[in-house]
Amino acid sequence: MASKPLVSIVSAGLSQFGRLEGMYCRELFAEATKEAYNRCPNLDPMKDIEALFVGHMGESYEHQGHTGPTLATWAGLLPKPAVRLESACASSGAALRAGIFAILSGMHKIVMVGGVEKMTHRTTAEVTEYLAMASDMPFEQWNGITFPGLYALMATAHMHKYGTTEEQMAQVAVKNHHNGTLNLKAHMQKDVTLEKAMASKVVAWPLKLYDCSLITDGASCIILTHPDVAKKFTDRPVHIIGTGQASDAIGLYEREELTTLKAAKLAGKEAYRMAGLKPEDVDVAEVHDCFTIAEILAYEDLGFCEPGKGGKLVEDEVTTLNGKLPVNPSGGLKSKGHPVGATGTAQAYEIYLQLTGQAENRQVDGVEIGLTHNVGGSGATACVHIYRRT
Amino acid sequence: MPLHVSTFTGEHRKMSEETPFTISSFYKFVSEKRLMAAKCNECGAEFLPPKPMCTKCFSTNLKWIEVDGKGKLLTYTIIYIAPEQFQDMTPYIIGIVEFNNGLRLPGIIRGVKPEVIKIGMNLKIDFEESVSSEWHAWSRYFFRPV
Repeated sequence: MASKPLVSIVSAGLSQFGRLEGMYCRELFAEATKEAYNRCPNLDPMKDIEALFVGHMGESYEHQGHTGPTLATWAGLLPKPAVRLESACASSGAALRAGIFAILSGMHKIVMVGGVEKMTHRTTAEVTEYLAMASDMPFEQWNGITFPGLYALMATAHMHKYGTTEEQMAQVAVKNHHNGTLNLKAHMQKDVTLEKAMASKVVAWPLKLYDCSLITDGASCIILTHPDVAKKFTDRPVHIIGTGQASDAIGLYEREELTTLKAAKLAGKEAYRMAGLKPEDVDVAEVHDCFTIAEILAYEDLGFCEPGKGGKLVEDEVTTLNGKLPVNPSGGLKSKGHPVGATGTAQAYEIYLQLTGQAENRQVDGVEIGLTHNVGGSGATACVHIYRRT
Repeated sequence: MPLHVSTFTGEHRKMSEETPFTISSFYKFVSEKRLMAAKCNECGAEFLPPKPMCTKCFSTNLKWIEVDGKGKLLTYTIIYIAPEQFQDMTPYIIGIVEFNNGLRLPGIIRGVKPEVIKIGMNLKIDFEESVSSEWHAWSRYFFRPV
């Protein structure tokens, strides 16, 4: 039996994901918060929400730092304390943990956590440069190693050690693109065939264009409460019952292994321990598929299969929407998009919808336990959260 | 020595006139065509890149060791979409090389065609003649077949 809730989610919001011209981060965040407020009419945001924790990776995109109060101003949350957390692509996974800590400490009863990134107004070269800042500068960036390059180094090692194939990686793209066609907020609501994915332009061999997630604008938010007060705001809160986070060397070359993300394994282990659950108890998961190989690593690191069997898991269609363990029903970073700061709480948003039966035409039936897996950079940060339906 | 004095850099280095155990020093050695790592005199742990404090036993009693630049290729990728300052080199091969003492570095591999590159192949470090004027003006190292 799963252990007691740490905190409860009483509402959640997501902006449209995509190329959203003329919008600033703060406006995208306002769109996400408006949905969260609409979903929770019993909540008076200005009176009830006591603090804001937001994930945001790069001030370079908008030449705008000091993201906490910027977003609080547009979300109608002044004068509540508002702070930004930066952990690369795991920024809002870290913000979610900060919100959990704030409630568990007894300091706050109700907080908002979220994240945002506005990326598409920059050139691909600029975005590549900003994203690369999350990798090791003096040895990786200095030697011309890109972000796809780092995951490609892991993919090559995985192929060599376990026989994982480029087709299996492409199958992750096919699956997630299909799920994205069922999500009206996804950036790219378009199916892709295995042939098309395999024939796409090489970015960093063995990774091709369709192995890479999208450059996307978007925002997400979650309203967390102490479990004792959740029922005041909704009949069906979702409880967070496990949280884990771990760090690894910033440079891939300093890690013990190249075919696994140790930080993700440790974060998962901690979250499972706290929740009193095992990998086989998970009914639906949103994992960090910034590259297709990353989803395969996630299966293995989270214990959904044995090390080296991740490629087979997707090939056997275990993780499709109708499979035994649907992974990335939202379309994932691959087709929903990856506005990096928004991703962690966008994953939590999808699990909230799934566990409250609000995921519409991509709803997975009979789900009770959900999991999110949010990775920063090439794996130097990982946050895992486990959720339970009420 | 008073506790508030930096033991890592500058005039007040602890008990020795050794080169500080920094990344800048590493690249200064690269400009002299030497691959140098840090070794902890207390616990024997070796570090590449060097670190000013042993992260195994927290000692700052360190020394420089010269690393044999021969090693094996652990993994590789071929970069087609590159950052601006590397775009005229595409496609180029990046690998992580494990040297004979177990330390590793990532870098560009030259002198090998993409068709024949293989995990496990023997490579050695080599050094560029010129110091880059970009970014931190560091010298560059790269890998090539033995």
